[in-house]
Amino acid sequence: MNAAVTVHTLWLREIKRFQRNKSRLIGSMALPLLFLVVLGSGYGRYFSYRSDISYMEYIGPGIIGMSLLFSSMLGGISVLWDRQFGFLKEILVAPVSRTAIMAGKTLGTVTTAMIKGVVFLIALVAAGLVKFDPLGILIALVFMFLISTAFVSLGIAVAAQMTDPHGFQLIMNFLTMPVFFLSGALFPLDGVPEWLLIAAHFNPLTYGVDGMRYALGGPHHFSPLTDFVVLLIFWGITTLAGALLFRRMSV
Amino acid sequence: MLGPNGAGKTTLISILSTILAPTSGVASVCGHDVRLEEDTVRQCIGIVFQDPSLDDELTGEENLDFHGRLYGLDAKTRNSRIEEVLGLVDLKDRRTDLIKTYSGGMRRRLEIARGLMHMPRVLFLDEPTLGLDPQTRRKIWTYIRDLKESFGMTIILTTHYMDEADQLCSRIAIIDQGKIVAMDSPEGLKESLGGDLLELTTPDPKHEFLERLHSLEDVKNVSTQDGTVLLTVKNGESLIPKVFETAQSFSVGISSVSLRKPNLEDVFIKLTGREIRDEPVTEPKERIRIFMRTRKR
Repeated sequence: MNAAVTVHTLWLREIKRFQRNKSRLIGSMALPLLFLVVLGSGYGRYFSYRSDISYMEYIGPGIIGMSLLFSSMLGGISVLWDRQFGFLKEILVAPVSRTAIMAGKTLGTVTTAMIKGVVFLIALVAAGLVKFDPLGILIALVFMFLISTAFVSLGIAVAAQMTDPHGFQLIMNFLTMPVFFLSGALFPLDGVPEWLLIAAHFNPLTYGVDGMRYALGGPHHFSPLTDFVVLLIFWGITTLAGALLFRRMSV
Repeated sequence: MLGPNGAGKTTLISILSTILAPTSGVASVCGHDVRLEEDTVRQCIGIVFQDPSLDDELTGEENLDFHGRLYGLDAKTRNSRIEEVLGLVDLKDRRTDLIKTYSGGMRRRLEIARGLMHMPRVLFLDEPTLGLDPQTRRKIWTYIRDLKESFGMTIILTTHYMDEADQLCSRIAIIDQGKIVAMDSPEGLKESLGGDLLELTTPDPKHEFLERLHSLEDVKNVSTQDGTVLLTVKNGESLIPKVFETAQSFSVGISSVSLRKPNLEDVFIKLTGREIRDEPVTEPKERIRIFMRTRKR
């Protein structure tokens, strides 16, 4: 009961801050949109993977994955800003469990990342770029939630080890870009060079995007069950790591 | 708690508020051990940190509401407490403004209000007036006095301003280099010096002259500090002529003389052997912190 109140309190705060920051919202959605439209129209003419699928249709789920990845990974930075501005002390000195604090913060950031992801999903459906099927959408939402939660937790786990928000941003950019490019979000994994295929196999986002592609009627590389299980394991590890490291964090 | 920067005041507060674990020894607040019963201690204390700790992107009201939720207050209690504490610190008309738009003094007041939201039995105020202008300082003093009277809670305040401790506290612990060197009421501490202070300025404080002064009745103590002779005396008014007679007999010239009641600064000097403002702000971290504060406010 008490923990639920704490989770809700922290969640509410993230949502309120999100609502007040329209510029940040638009800014973070601009890059995926640019990839979809510009890369989709520019490079799409040379895309010949399958005759029945345009490049824009192909990268649609990858763009949702990109939006989720970028917003989620950077979510951990709020922990560091809170530390910088002293608000973290106010939270940590309250008579509530740290795990509940971490859960509330994570869910808040996940919610904001999901809102952006859903906006892209709706846009893709409206533009006819992905198949509309209620069950498929539901499955896609599950994958989106797992991707987002896992990467938010990862971000918080890294943030709990650091003190400097700028350093965190650097590390995260350093991590985010390879994860994105090596995930098969932008190109099919069939027939890519061996090293790239191996890298993609070790990349959790690969399975997330692949699962979404399956759910939204696109061409997928692995079986949806493989996608789900691998993503779930990654999700479990990061969530646990985030919770443990956040609990050990000192002010 | 009164002491120079770096004396250990904030460390002590951090331990008592369960932020830091003690390296040795036992501490308890409201009868609960700070190490074994963290949550119970946290529930019964309120704290206003030395550094700012509000969420800039929330409004004043939302910051208080957030706090109330974390301390398990229901919606009705939260709303009535918000009314009450905002009234106490005169911030009712700014309640729906974002903290970003608050001045330094207003932030400080809101932090004090927030510390009161859950009606703690003990309220810690860590340097509540550091970096504020004199006018705002006085205002905050008024709020602290009001609190003491209207809620009757224990307030533990740290400061390195002598006048602040003198004005606000019923008991003062003087802390130096991590140790409490004296603890008493302000009056008690001043009386412990044993009388008034007579200050003489003389170009030539001859040794025999000082010895002769020391042997006078009513003179408790004689000390010199760059060109001034400081006597701790009783019945100072009637002593002044005797001092002049003595000076004449040793042909020592006196260029000025003053008699005053002792202040906490004198107590501090006596206890630690140096002035509180002599203490240089040595730690760069401290300096940066003060800089950051003043900049943010």
